[in-house]
Amino acid sequence: MVVISDIMIQGAQMLLVLLLAPLLTGFVRKIKARLVRREGASVFQPYRDLLRLMRKEVVLADNASWLFRVTPYVTFAAIWVAAALVPTFATGLLFNWTADLIAIVALLGSARFFLALAGMDVGTSFGGIGSSREVMIAALAEPAMLLMVFCLALVAGSTQLSTVANVLASSYVGLRVSLGMALIALIMVALAENGRIPIDNPATHLELTMVHEAMVLEYSGRHLAMIEFGAFLKLLLYISLIACVFMPWKIAVFGSGPVAYAIDTGAYIVKLAVAGFLLALFETATAKMRVFRIPQFLGAALMLGLLGTLLLFVSRSF
Amino acid sequence: MPSLIDLVLTGRPAEHHAPWRRAIVDVEAWTLVAGELASGRWSLLGLWGEQAMVHMAVREEEAAEIAVLSLECAERRFPSIGRHHPPALRPERTITDLFGLAAEGSPDVRPWLDHGEWGVRHPLGDSVASSCNSAAYTFLSAEGPGLHQIAVGPVHAGIIEPGHFRFSASGETVVRLEQRLGYVHKGIDGLMAGADIDRAVRLAGRVSGDSTVAYALAFSQAVEAALGLKVPSRAVWLRALLAELERLANHLGDIGAICNDASFNLMQAHCNVLREGILRAADIAFGHRLMRDIIVPGGIVRDLDASGRAAIRATLGDIRRRFPALIELYDNTASLQDRTVATGIVTAALARQYAAGGYVGRASGRTFDARRSPGYAPYDVLRFEVPVLDDGDVNARVWIRIREVEQSLSLTGQILDRLPEGPLHVPVPSEAAPREGMGLVEGFRGDIMVWLRLSDGRIDRGYLRDPSWFQWPLLEAAIENNIVADFPLCNKSFNCSYSGHDV
Repeated sequence: MVVISDIMIQGAQMLLVLLLAPLLTGFVRKIKARLVRREGASVFQPYRDLLRLMRKEVVLADNASWLFRVTPYVTFAAIWVAAALVPTFATGLLFNWTADLIAIVALLGSARFFLALAGMDVGTSFGGIGSSREVMIAALAEPAMLLMVFCLALVAGSTQLSTVANVLASSYVGLRVSLGMALIALIMVALAENGRIPIDNPATHLELTMVHEAMVLEYSGRHLAMIEFGAFLKLLLYISLIACVFMPWKIAVFGSGPVAYAIDTGAYIVKLAVAGFLLALFETATAKMRVFRIPQFLGAALMLGLLGTLLLFVSRSF
Repeated sequence: MPSLIDLVLTGRPAEHHAPWRRAIVDVEAWTLVAGELASGRWSLLGLWGEQAMVHMAVREEEAAEIAVLSLECAERRFPSIGRHHPPALRPERTITDLFGLAAEGSPDVRPWLDHGEWGVRHPLGDSVASSCNSAAYTFLSAEGPGLHQIAVGPVHAGIIEPGHFRFSASGETVVRLEQRLGYVHKGIDGLMAGADIDRAVRLAGRVSGDSTVAYALAFSQAVEAALGLKVPSRAVWLRALLAELERLANHLGDIGAICNDASFNLMQAHCNVLREGILRAADIAFGHRLMRDIIVPGGIVRDLDASGRAAIRATLGDIRRRFPALIELYDNTASLQDRTVATGIVTAALARQYAAGGYVGRASGRTFDARRSPGYAPYDVLRFEVPVLDDGDVNARVWIRIREVEQSLSLTGQILDRLPEGPLHVPVPSEAAPREGMGLVEGFRGDIMVWLRLSDGRIDRGYLRDPSWFQWPLLEAAIENNIVADFPLCNKSFNCSYSGHDV
């Protein structure tokens, strides 16, 4: 009986992220449009886009290998599993105990690995450019992310996200310099990983400036739908991660009953909306940086993570 | 070192060519011009062909003299100018494509506008039917370890005109860029031949849609020069008003679009609001948002009434109020400045060699502005400055536009204040004998040149030279050693016309 309810709650969480992901992207797009005085598409447009792409036929290059065809599903699955590991409205769900933050980093890393290979698979110049840029960014973002993880682990004594969230929500932690640094590092990594301004522009039509979009330029139909959906999910995942670690309030402890779950789901949606709004605001106020500035940007994230970790070695109270 | 005038006097003068002289010269003088062009003392304004003749418009930089030199090509060839002076290469290739006159000794004999899709070769010369030209176009090579090519276009991801760009890159760094244009060739030269003046001015206004006023003005100036027409002063002033409104609208659009290519959407949103204000005012005042087909030889076809005047004044006031905040936004956004400063530099020497007009030339220290020199009414009695910068980067090209917006705001104000009353139009007489005329007008991109020969009220030969002819090649130079991802930004800061170039 317990197992069944565990599975059901975990299932509900996985379904929730799936349902909310396109809405979050649609919401960010809507806010960005409103900020520059455009009407903007409906917040539900990403759902329609996915449906449209699902119904379209797939156009494959003659020389596309099996890798090109399986990559959309592999990346989507990896990102979905990673998203399932992040506590959204409740901690201590079934899957939370099977993997930790490092596993999430690894899952996202393998998704990107496949995508970068697929970008080069058909041998177009844009795919190659996109893959090389994406890998350059990833090579810098991943260490920064891991240092941020270590910093958290030193404070919480665990890399399990449920434990981290519970510890950080307790009064024992309070405000800490190292956590502030870790937060900024995580936000910078999140911007880079999701291809947002100032690293990449998800809305650009300029093929020469694209990073993520160039890599997936050859995809169409349901393949493209899976990749787009994966990108929506990834944005949600990172925001959820930031929310569960740095805004750990109103996350139900496992087994608190349906009412608490419902309230905390509402709180989770509010957190997403606030983060989405801030993201849109930041993107509107910044230009995209030159490709070769990205290492400096991510280098700063790495240094912040490192500094946070080192400070904790100096004294556990930082 | 002969002066241009001396050289013209050695040739056989063409009768009825106005406002500048034209002389038919021999091969020796023709090559001498090439030397002077290469030395940089003279600059090339235009190079075009006819059935059995080539013409070249030249400006002597110091004396600000303009003249046209012509060479008869009895054997269907002429000594190449491009061999000494690279800016002439593309015009020469075009002459070969259209008229079948060969440029002797030219280092580049590949076709330019002719992509082998016309079903005919040399359509304006001794045309020969030809099936699809199967010979592949060879791009100039760049060789070395790790170099790779990136082919972009002609169809792009955005809604822009078609053009092909071939990058040779080493990683992210561009080693060489080569353009291939001609995808929007409309055959304006062929359509002009034999057209009456009414049709021809409409054609001129459709060469490049964003410069329709400037083209119609340049064309009308050429016709009026050829026929010795005196345009009523109210029409002259209203023409300047139209031209400045067009410049304002385009510059505002460009400033926003450049920022948008650095993913700074906010600037574009605000600039587009201002641009839209001008277009709406133009619609109220002249019945067309882009003011197309208003200027005709002999004057203009539509008067400005009180409501139009009020609409223009209102939108100008609006821009004056809101533009300073936008300049500040541009100047104070560090992330944006980081993209535009020191990106895509055009050296002053190149700008001078190519005689690049407009913001491209003026951002690289070239002071030329056709409104000043040779100058035309009513700019001789209006107060305005020609902004010039020396940096030659994207930022400088943005700043030239910003300063020109300010100047145009002042100019439109002065024009509205001093607009004389009177008739709008004089009838265009029909002359049986051939008459030749030239017009040189400052469009928003730079100087537009029109040369034409009229006989019996019809166009015998009309040549319209877009400023982009001498700006496109500079884009190839500007992007060298920049990164591939900065190309859209550089390209937008040039904003060359595809349509005007491909005629």
